[in-house]
Amino acid sequence: MADKILKKLNIVVWRQKDAKSKGRFETYAIENISQGSSFLEMLDILNNNLIEKGIEPIAFDHDCREGICGMCSLYINGHPHGPDTEVTTCQLHMRKFDEGDTITIEPWRSRAFPVIKDLIVNRSAFDQILQAGGYVSVNTGGVPDGNAIPVSHEDAEEAMDAAACIGCGTCVAACKNSSAMLFVSAKVSHLAKLPQGQVEAKNRARRMVAKMDELGFGGCTNTGACEAECPKSISISNIARLNREYLSARFSE
Amino acid sequence: MSKFVFTSVGRKFMMSITGLFLLMFILVHLTVNLLMIFDDTGALYNQGAHFMVSNPVIRIVEPVLGLGFLIHIIWSLIITWENWRARPVRYKKATRSEATSWASRNMFILGGLVFVFLGIHLYNFYIKIKFTGSPLLEEVMVGDTNVHNTYLLVSTLFKESILYCALYIMGGILLGLHVTHGFWSAFQTIGFNNKQWLNRLQWVARIYAVLVAVGFSIIPLYFIIRF
Ligand code: HEM
Ligand code: FES
Repeated sequence: MADKILKKLNIVVWRQKDAKSKGRFETYAIENISQGSSFLEMLDILNNNLIEKGIEPIAFDHDCREGICGMCSLYINGHPHGPDTEVTTCQLHMRKFDEGDTITIEPWRSRAFPVIKDLIVNRSAFDQILQAGGYVSVNTGGVPDGNAIPVSHEDAEEAMDAAACIGCGTCVAACKNSSAMLFVSAKVSHLAKLPQGQVEAKNRARRMVAKMDELGFGGCTNTGACEAECPKSISISNIARLNREYLSARFSE
Repeated sequence: MSKFVFTSVGRKFMMSITGLFLLMFILVHLTVNLLMIFDDTGALYNQGAHFMVSNPVIRIVEPVLGLGFLIHIIWSLIITWENWRARPVRYKKATRSEATSWASRNMFILGGLVFVFLGIHLYNFYIKIKFTGSPLLEEVMVGDTNVHNTYLLVSTLFKESILYCALYIMGGILLGLHVTHGFWSAFQTIGFNNKQWLNRLQWVARIYAVLVAVGFSIIPLYFIIRF
């Protein structure tokens, strides 16, 4: 069965020339979009139309377009990564929309994620948090035997679940406080659950939280919006673990 | 360590520790209050109230309680301000967040309303009992001790004013809503939570909240219906 063609859509989108300019919303009409196309393909088509009309195309982030790199963003109709659950914007399809819909597209909004251009925000704050402690120090030498360090199946699973975080920033975009706690907790948890992560555990929690605060993210009030919107369904139980790790690190100072 | 209480996690730690303390206080407070509806002569309640004011443990805890409230309120201002500042540009079309509870998104408003209620409540009773006095408070004999007739002070307010009854019912409901989220959130904040416990704590939170809302409301309701 052929995909349905959406004859007309109205796209309300944030346009901002550069980081310093004041932005505004623009409305563009777009016609004949197949429901089988992806959301980003729809934007590609819209951009082609804009170029033909001599209008600057809309800038947005994307890379892998298969839901693994965390580069795509977009706050679509009030939801980070759009109305579908457990998918990134690049995996969102136009079948989630209907004839005549008005689609509002905004960049992530957070003091720590300033807009660079149109829908692109600077998410290097996440990189800075990782650099502050989201690693294990490994000395060079021979390759160790993978089985030499026992890890229980449950711990391995939980660590992998936390490691599924692609660092896209949905948690910050969804949170009413622009808090990065879900991201930080996932990054702390996937190491805290493994023996290799123990050595630097205390400093890791301390430094990553300090960096997160310094960069201007808000604090967690446990609303759970992050988990609900996260394309990888990272659990807020990781936030409890981060709190545990951080508090025990601070109290043992 | 001094900086700890102003870090994002530290700020929430202050909220949760004071919050948990307030949760315990509320249970004790409710238990004593409920004595009112089990004895219309008021002797039982007066005895309970007298026990509370004369008990050395309670005397020590009272200033701590005041401090607990103060810290909870001041830190609620700090976290709300900091969190509000973290998003200088708002969304045009914000998430309705079907997955999040209304109470969790409005803790400051709920807390603020509880605070307004608290002011009126302290004015109604605490100020009179502690400082200004009231003719209604004249001492009565319970058993072999002279105690303030706190029962008369409270029951007169509820019997004479349906407006105050409504206000106190509102107070109970607002507090109940505040703690539907606050209760489990406090455990999450101190790190006592995981996938299994999340559900359990949220259920206990609901039970606690209903207990508080119904428990406090039932007292003015009792006076409306019976007198
Ligand atoms: C007897 C009265 C109160 C009780 C039992 C109570 C209890 C709690 C508890 C248990 C928490 C959770 C702490 C956490 O998540 O870490 C909390 C949070 C909070 N409370 Fe209260 N509280 C009371 C009064 C107030 C008042 C008077 C205010 C404000 C004026 C207030 C504002 C807040 C705020 C803003 C939060 C943080 C919300 C969040 O993190 O989601 N509370 N309260
Ligand atoms: S573009 Fe890589 S996750 Fe969407």
